[in-house]
Amino acid sequence: MTAVSDTIDQVKGLTDQKYKYGFVTEIESETAPKGLNEDVVRFISARKAEPEWLLDWRLRAYRHWLTMVEPGWAKVSYPPIDYQDAFYYSAPKTKAGPKSLDEVDPELLRTYEKLGIPLKEQELLAGVEPRIAVDAVFDSVSVATTFKAKLEEKGIIFCPISEAVANHPDLVRRYLGSVVPYSDNFFATLNSAVFTDGSFVYIPKGVRCPMELSTYFRINAANTGQFERTLIIADDDSVVSYLEGCTAPKRDENQLHAAVVELVALDRAQIKYSTVQNWYPGDEQGRGGIYNFVTKRGACRGVASKISWTQVETGSAITWKYPSCILQGDDSVGEFYSVAITNHHQQADTGTKMIHIGRNTRSTIVSKGISAGQAQNTYRGQVKILPKATGARNHTQCDSLLIGDRCGAHTVPYIESRNRTARVEHEATTAKISEDQLFYCRQRGLSAEDAVSLIVNGFCKEVLKELPMEFAVEAQKLVGISLEGSVG
Amino acid sequence: MLEITNLHASVGDRPILKGIDLSVQAGQVHAIMGPNGSGKSTLSYILAGREGYTITEGAVTLDGRDLLAQAPEERAASGVFLAFQYPVEIPGVSNATFLKAALNGVRRRRGEKELDAMEFLKLTRVKCRQLGMTDEMLKRAVNVGFSGGEKKRNEVLQMALLDPRLAVLDETDSGLDIDALRIVADGVNALRGPDRAMLVITHYQRLLSYIVPDRVHVLAHGRIQRSGGKELALELEARGYAEFGVDEAA
Amino acid sequence: MTPDAEDYSRLTPGLPWLEALQTEGRRRFADLGLPTPRQEAWRFTNLGPLGRLPWRTAPPGSTTLVPESLPSVVPAGGPPSHRLVFVNGTWRPDLSSPGALPEGVVLTGLASALTDHAGLIEAHLGRLAAVDGHALIALNTGFLASGALLALPAGTVLERPVELVMMGAGTDAERPLAWHPRVLVVAGAGSRATLVEHHVSLNRHPGFANLVAELFLAPGAQLRHYKVQRENPESFHLATVTGRLQHDAGYEGFLLTTGGRLSRNEVRLVLDGAGATVTLNGAYLVRGRQHCDTTTLIDHAHPRGTSRQMFKGVLDAEARAVFQGQVLVRPGAQRTDGHQLHRALLLSDQAQIDAKPELEIHADDVKCSHGATVGDLDDDALFYLRARGIDRDCARALLIAAFVNEAIAEITDPTVATAFEALADGWLTPG
Repeated sequence: MTAVSDTIDQVKGLTDQKYKYGFVTEIESETAPKGLNEDVVRFISARKAEPEWLLDWRLRAYRHWLTMVEPGWAKVSYPPIDYQDAFYYSAPKTKAGPKSLDEVDPELLRTYEKLGIPLKEQELLAGVEPRIAVDAVFDSVSVATTFKAKLEEKGIIFCPISEAVANHPDLVRRYLGSVVPYSDNFFATLNSAVFTDGSFVYIPKGVRCPMELSTYFRINAANTGQFERTLIIADDDSVVSYLEGCTAPKRDENQLHAAVVELVALDRAQIKYSTVQNWYPGDEQGRGGIYNFVTKRGACRGVASKISWTQVETGSAITWKYPSCILQGDDSVGEFYSVAITNHHQQADTGTKMIHIGRNTRSTIVSKGISAGQAQNTYRGQVKILPKATGARNHTQCDSLLIGDRCGAHTVPYIESRNRTARVEHEATTAKISEDQLFYCRQRGLSAEDAVSLIVNGFCKEVLKELPMEFAVEAQKLVGISLEGSVG
Repeated sequence: MLEITNLHASVGDRPILKGIDLSVQAGQVHAIMGPNGSGKSTLSYILAGREGYTITEGAVTLDGRDLLAQAPEERAASGVFLAFQYPVEIPGVSNATFLKAALNGVRRRRGEKELDAMEFLKLTRVKCRQLGMTDEMLKRAVNVGFSGGEKKRNEVLQMALLDPRLAVLDETDSGLDIDALRIVADGVNALRGPDRAMLVITHYQRLLSYIVPDRVHVLAHGRIQRSGGKELALELEARGYAEFGVDEAA
Repeated sequence: MTPDAEDYSRLTPGLPWLEALQTEGRRRFADLGLPTPRQEAWRFTNLGPLGRLPWRTAPPGSTTLVPESLPSVVPAGGPPSHRLVFVNGTWRPDLSSPGALPEGVVLTGLASALTDHAGLIEAHLGRLAAVDGHALIALNTGFLASGALLALPAGTVLERPVELVMMGAGTDAERPLAWHPRVLVVAGAGSRATLVEHHVSLNRHPGFANLVAELFLAPGAQLRHYKVQRENPESFHLATVTGRLQHDAGYEGFLLTTGGRLSRNEVRLVLDGAGATVTLNGAYLVRGRQHCDTTTLIDHAHPRGTSRQMFKGVLDAEARAVFQGQVLVRPGAQRTDGHQLHRALLLSDQAQIDAKPELEIHADDVKCSHGATVGDLDDDALFYLRARGIDRDCARALLIAAFVNEAIAEITDPTVATAFEALADGWLTPG
């Protein structure tokens, strides 16, 4: 309760800030030559001192990518992307990778401080356990990871993926590309060729991760694409909650972000993956903003495993992402909770896929789309029940809220059932904020914008309550800020 | 305190109010009675600033300040409280959240210190106790799944918290059985005070047995046709609105 | 599938506008070819088996039949309906009984209508069913040889249903017949009529019906349009219905499908004036290796339109069904109220269902929703009936019938509702 009312207060304080993460950090960077070719792929691989097998994998992906066409089925439109007119690698100049937090460039630490991301392990009061560990990715590289040592005590690996390639090659080699193969789709294949950094997590058998793990992505350099790759493996009977946040400076040109996230949950393991996506959305005229083409997929390999995606998508000029679950293990569970807010000229085409393979697999989809200004907001989802998924269950609820008469809200579900005993239910509604609700709130003293923020937060509550506390407040603030200027 | 002078208002091209004059002093309770379609609810919405009505003539002031120029939330801060005939449902937003946002919105505009969560909770508990309500209602989404009686009690609770100068009660008795009516009326009566004026809008005399007014006005055809003491309500109950050219036999 | 040049028919030689239209249709079809699952609109329905058969366009031959033996959904003994009969797509005046029609109403075969009503046909044919981009419409237009015209002057009310009986009577399994009829309905302002389409096979030979309908509803016109398709399980039946409703017009449709090896009903209705109303319901009951596709597009282009859709499907054995239902609300179509429900029952382990309900909303003051469910019969309901002493098969049959009848009960014409319910019951209790 207080979170939402705090939202109102914080929205007030932020009214004139609009996109407050739009600043640029002045720091010297090393970049790959502009454009994309095999040499650039080799350059990235060499910078990271990767083993031969990974370079081969990248090159296979790159060669495959050359044969692919950019997908055109999503309800988004944008001018053609010139893949040669961007940098594929940009890293702050340092000697070697930082060994400890004390060695991190103070300018970077200041950047993350400004973004509200704690990159210090300090101020641990006696007896108070840290609640969150952070891996900070700045452009193409991870610049700091906190609480690594503390996590290692439990056998948990939490580190940049480039470090995992060096230190845990067997795990990486076994699971990298096992959920999203290098040939999966245009953007994932591009990512496989040029991915730079991202987080790697391994939770050993029977371990419940004692704190939230979090990666914070920051695009800083101009004309640079970001291609991070995250791999999370939860071994038998383990539990982990992972958060992802992202911001970028305000720039007039569009920047490409094509990430891949792979999750693997083994027997009875649980992974909760939460995203608050706040890439720069472009200005009110639709200039600039991030093109966010992301492939996220989790495999519930083990029996009774569970993968839960929660996303709050408020940023990016274009959002194209479908965090999915492959429910292979019997009795496994997939969840997708989503809030997507589009304002001004933003376009979002987002949803999920739930592929039921094992027996008694269950999935839940709750999607809340809010569209304002001239934005287009599409839910696209697939529920597929394969012949062996006896007793499978899916329930899908998609609600759209329209604010203003120039925006669009669309719902495109695909339901494919191959098993008699499976039960699939899909419901979708579309509505607007009623004049009655607005007037009622204003009669009680709320301004029109506060009223919209309050009502929209209520509309999204089912999803927002799935977020870990650390993110809930930020997400609720974002809901208000994202809709600024949508009424009145 | 509330001064309405020669108020004319219309919806589209259709005139609804055709010259209302009304003066309510602090500490007074005035009842506006009238048949369906007489403009009673229009008057309450205009006082609260709902869109969709055109003021063609006249003025409304509260404590000498022009009310009509203010946005609805500014009027709320100025002290206008409208108890809705049909309180609106807002799914997913808890009553507590809503009330705190409203209270702090009003306090901010009044230049008062905003309440933090603890202070708010304390204040709400006190108000609930005064009104004989449990604070269970605070946890539920605003008016969602509330019974008719609960909705009206929720309105009274909000009134108690926002501490208005002028409370306008629009058909507060509609949809209430006699027990619920008594509880709501007790709540309203508890909020009567020397600094507060109330405008009770109702079709039937019934409510006025519980909330006894100082003055009664009969509104019909967009005008106040007659004013009198509380006995006027009883007279209307007996004779109906026929003498005002309104046939309500049905 | 390429119909050979010798083989096609034309409606009437000598009308330049019509020849141009048909030439364009053939040209477009040659460009487009049959749709494939690579196209989003056909993602779940593969016309490959259709394309592989050596079709020839049906000649206007005469099959010997007597009118009394013809199937009808309008019961014998009641007042006569207005009936047109088609065999292999060709109008058969000898079997038809248009009956007494009110002044000014035209009900006749399309070919003969061209002599008396060429202007009316020219003004409407191809105006809703445009050949560009739609292969089946192009194919129908190119090889259009027959069909029906129903024209109602403003204010006319047809009390009795108009029945179109369309029968397939192939002669040769090796060289199956294809026909491409067109149904044209021009309903004047405030007119009212009921149109029943009845598609059956007279034997076991495969046929391919590629039907196109164009429905013009002037302001306030009310059309009830019911269709039952119970062709033999070797047949291909593709129907594309296009309709345009002007302000305050109303359309009530029902699609009952039990027949065909591969069938598709594609209904595209534009609410092209304020306050138009569409009710589009249906039921499909399929088994064996039948494939049944229902695709609808309700296009709300103006304010205050209402659309209601309810489809029920029952699939047994290795049947496959597809439901694609799109509700589109265009910018400015405020206060649109659109609702759609699709529910499918899978009765066997091999049955398959693909559903894609879709909302595309470009206006804010709207109420739109859709629902889709897929599953088996409700175990609790089944148990409840059995606990009351009803045996399992009987309980199942009862529940399936109730499931289907919920949709059929929405048919407002009682005669047709009764007839369709009987047809559904017949499917449920074969033999």
